[in-house]
Amino acid sequence: MADLFKGYKGQALGLLKSYNIRVWSDTSVKTTRGDFRGIVLPRSENDDDRHIVLKLATGYNVGIAVETVLDMKEEGYKEAHYKIPEKEFPFSEDKPNVKLFGTGGTIASRLDYRTGAVIPAFSPGELYGAVPELADICNLTTEKLFAVFSENMGPKQYIKLAISIGKEIEKGINGIVIGHGTDTMHHTASALAFMIQNSPVPIVMVGSQRSSDRPSSDAALNLMHATKAAAESDIAEVMVCMFGPTSDEYGLLHSGCRVRKMHSSYRSTFRTLGDIPLAMIDREKITPLRDNYNKRRNDKNVKVLPYFEEKVALIYYYPNMMPDIIDALVDNGYKGIVIAGTGLGHVNKPVYPAIERATKAGVAIYMTVQTLWGYVHMFVYDTGRDLMSKGIIPAENMLPEVAYIKLGWAFGQTNDLEEVKKIMLTPVCDEITEREPYNGYLVFQGGIPEMEEFLKRVHK
Amino acid sequence: MSEQFDPGNNYLDTRSRVGYIDFGKAKPSDYEELGFKCGLEIHQQLKTEKKLFCRCPAGIYQKNGEYDAELIRHMRPTLSELGEYDGTALMEFKTKKNIIYHIQNVTACTYDIDDTPPFAVDREALDIAVEIALLSKLNIVGELHITRKQYLDGSIPTGFQRTAIIGIEGEIPLENKKVRLIQLSLEEDSCREVSDVGHYRTYTTDRLGMPLIETVTYPDMTTPFEAAEAGHYLRFLARSTGKVRIGSGAARQDVNVSISGGQRVEIKGVSHISWIPRLTHNEAFRQKALLEIKDELSQRVKKPDGWKVSHRIIDYDLLSSRYQPISEAKTRGLRLVAVNLPRFEGLLSFFLQPGKTFADELSGRLKVVACLEQPNMIHSEQVSPDSVADEFAKLRRLLDASPGDVQVIFWSNDEDLPTAVETIEERCQLAFKGVPNETRKSLPDGTTIFERVLPGPDRMYPDTDSAPIPVEEDLIEKNRQLLPTEVHDQLKQLKSWKVPNDTYHYILRNNLMPAIRRIVDECGFEPKFVATTFGHTLKNISGKMLPADGFTYNKVYGLFKWVRENDLEKEIIGEMLPVVYEHPNILFDSVLTSISYTKNSREKILSYIPMLREKFVRRKATPDSAAETRWIMGYLRKWAVGNMPLKELRSIVEKEVADG
Repeated sequence: MADLFKGYKGQALGLLKSYNIRVWSDTSVKTTRGDFRGIVLPRSENDDDRHIVLKLATGYNVGIAVETVLDMKEEGYKEAHYKIPEKEFPFSEDKPNVKLFGTGGTIASRLDYRTGAVIPAFSPGELYGAVPELADICNLTTEKLFAVFSENMGPKQYIKLAISIGKEIEKGINGIVIGHGTDTMHHTASALAFMIQNSPVPIVMVGSQRSSDRPSSDAALNLMHATKAAAESDIAEVMVCMFGPTSDEYGLLHSGCRVRKMHSSYRSTFRTLGDIPLAMIDREKITPLRDNYNKRRNDKNVKVLPYFEEKVALIYYYPNMMPDIIDALVDNGYKGIVIAGTGLGHVNKPVYPAIERATKAGVAIYMTVQTLWGYVHMFVYDTGRDLMSKGIIPAENMLPEVAYIKLGWAFGQTNDLEEVKKIMLTPVCDEITEREPYNGYLVFQGGIPEMEEFLKRVHK
Repeated sequence: MSEQFDPGNNYLDTRSRVGYIDFGKAKPSDYEELGFKCGLEIHQQLKTEKKLFCRCPAGIYQKNGEYDAELIRHMRPTLSELGEYDGTALMEFKTKKNIIYHIQNVTACTYDIDDTPPFAVDREALDIAVEIALLSKLNIVGELHITRKQYLDGSIPTGFQRTAIIGIEGEIPLENKKVRLIQLSLEEDSCREVSDVGHYRTYTTDRLGMPLIETVTYPDMTTPFEAAEAGHYLRFLARSTGKVRIGSGAARQDVNVSISGGQRVEIKGVSHISWIPRLTHNEAFRQKALLEIKDELSQRVKKPDGWKVSHRIIDYDLLSSRYQPISEAKTRGLRLVAVNLPRFEGLLSFFLQPGKTFADELSGRLKVVACLEQPNMIHSEQVSPDSVADEFAKLRRLLDASPGDVQVIFWSNDEDLPTAVETIEERCQLAFKGVPNETRKSLPDGTTIFERVLPGPDRMYPDTDSAPIPVEEDLIEKNRQLLPTEVHDQLKQLKSWKVPNDTYHYILRNNLMPAIRRIVDECGFEPKFVATTFGHTLKNISGKMLPADGFTYNKVYGLFKWVRENDLEKEIIGEMLPVVYEHPNILFDSVLTSISYTKNSREKILSYIPMLREKFVRRKATPDSAAETRWIMGYLRKWAVGNMPLKELRSIVEKEVADG
């Protein structure tokens, strides 16, 4: 019964029921503001209960206020079936095989009337229907592992994803693509980089900043870039493949442990921090920018380490932070804490006792920097030395989120703090680099004449 | 028969076959016979401080092609809410345009380039839109639902326009009928196009996002002149609020035209209402001509589904022509392609619009769909250039053409070649069905060219980035209190005041009724005099020069008030107004000095009459009382203006002259 009134509640639901009107009814409505006619659409659950949504014949949607309704009459019924046209994905012998794992996100999506948001659509046929260019790049198979927004991705998903990827590699796939929501893509990327080691093939994460239900979406081009990287590139690493500039020009392949989402909405939101990206990619070519990466191999000798301990935390230090924050974590049984400290890796004195209590209780504490760029240098100031003496371990130039993921992964393998420390400080995949190149830190400032000149000349 | 075929004569023959009547000579009954129907979509920018969905300032334009940065986008068709692809979208995807945006920091932000979701709708714009919707007698919706209307031409970087219905089902009264309104929506404006060459189209993002309303009428207008009348009415209605933008580009019209058996064709972006009659007239006959072509084809081709073109890439050496575009194509290394159109004899030179034939439809689509810049083709029924006419004889054998076939030659790169052939075939196939649903661009000569396929309701999609906005009763009530007098009531008022009707247009276009009423009410002048001071005197002045900075209608009010307070005669206003218009910031006293006004008593003015009469008699032998009065008035006027009513003075002079 409820299904007849998708999303309607309270007054609006009562009104529909009293006039015997279902969702998808072609309905004429008399109101104190005049007459309306259209198809009753489902209503978003989070919207109020004071309006009915009509789709007019012109294609526009309007809301009718419940309190203005004098009469309603069902004139017909027309249910919409939203479906991306499905076409069988063509197979050709001479193309590499690529597997696309779906986790959710907006690579291909359709409208969800219940929430008014977009939900993903996914099968190879649907993808081929929406982005036929993919068939020129590879033979694509897909598997939907989960359908969650990226904020709901967590350790369980990392593990399942890593194991699934490992199996595909063992079966001889030429490349892996993972469709993922962008918000936590860099968390998942680093988890996979730690969990899947010695991969012989590229593992490429991709998403979109504008959903694929809009003509200007970056989804299609990102997907083309990602499948091309998976099919053809010789970079056998876990990578994130997203727009370089906001223009539809080229994508960047970022190392999974050095990448971060840096803008809430820009297309070019993903940036490599503290280094340069692995490569540029467009529809014609892949242009490596670095040469120190793991090369593609013909074997299937991948090593999967699918471990994660959930009792680790990442805290962002702020002046006036109280020690009880850390005490609470310790009391709740957390095994490890990553702090994103100020400057070179600092916190204030009032927190010291809590840190001491934590380390004495056997909780591992690692220091990273909230400046994001640069190394933790705890010898420069007394504060740093004090902190180290209290047991805090500097995590070099690991990004805070990466250090968090790595600590969870390390504790997933052992509870021996020395062993954890060894894992934490032994670089696996660029999460700690020995040196920071001069062009690894570039945050340009608008307004400066030479920068404005650059912006005018080069597509941003 | 083919031997003697003369395309020039064919053009004239088909023109009379269609029954084309020159614009201006057609009578209402001619339009009735055609089944002429016309509807309007009027776009009017609102005068708000900010843009509709972001906080950028509205109404600031980039000058002389200046910009701070550019970016490039491509548009892909997406599914509609009900799961369909829109026809226009698919066609535009075929064109594979690189869209370039020229951005300036002062006028555009990351919202404009679709790198930030929309902010809350501008409330000022919503208020104005509700006010205009109430004036248009529309049923106001309970809740705005922001909808995305797809545009894949790149004119909006998102690929869609955010738009919301404010009200539906209204009406406006014209002189002889009521015109029904389908709806009024509040929308964001699109980019301004800078250029469109080959695969590159460039836009500026300054106008983008400015709030505008679109009022859509039913196709209730049955003559081209009614269409213009409705256009004017809607413009006056919007302006009567005083809250809309005026000036170049602030109001634009899309005009829908159809005739019996034809199709709705939308003429986009008509920037002057005065262009509407000629454009709609020509479009009606273009549709008539296309229906004639359809009839002709149905006689000739029994199975239209099997009709196909054939084409061959040909060698440049095959043509002896020195036709410049072909030589250029050769230099650029383009392919030369000959296309055979079976059984199309007489159709390429078939009249469609003054100076245009069916071949122009092909050329127009080649430009838009296949991105081939014009001139992009020649054909076997071409009147000029003469030099190409003979070329086609050689081709016929090569293409295995039968008598009654015609040929087109176009030039293209390899990438666009298949699309070009497809485009020619597709347009010819559409000729079997009559009038294609399309949008067309208006040209100043009153003809139109193909712009794109007409989009349907499938291009609408709910905006998942924004929540519905309730339109509460108190918002409507608040705006109802502020409503200006309706345009047709203003017209009634002007008539009852006996104001000459040649002033109405100027008065309504500039929304002068509030100023006129205020002057009448507060200063006690006669309404007819006030209205004609605006509708004749001020119109005349403004036709000659632009107002100086600081000139407002409030200055005119000030002038009337000052004249009343200083007890001057009203005629002085006409003398002072040009000076006020040009120097709005000087004191009215100084204006008087500048027009050499002196204060003269009635007695003093009248005392000049005997002296002037003597003077007149001395220089003029034959007595002529009319001439004498004129001559004397000519002298007295400059002393009298502002001091005594000229009418009264004239009758005194007349009387004295008559009395001898």
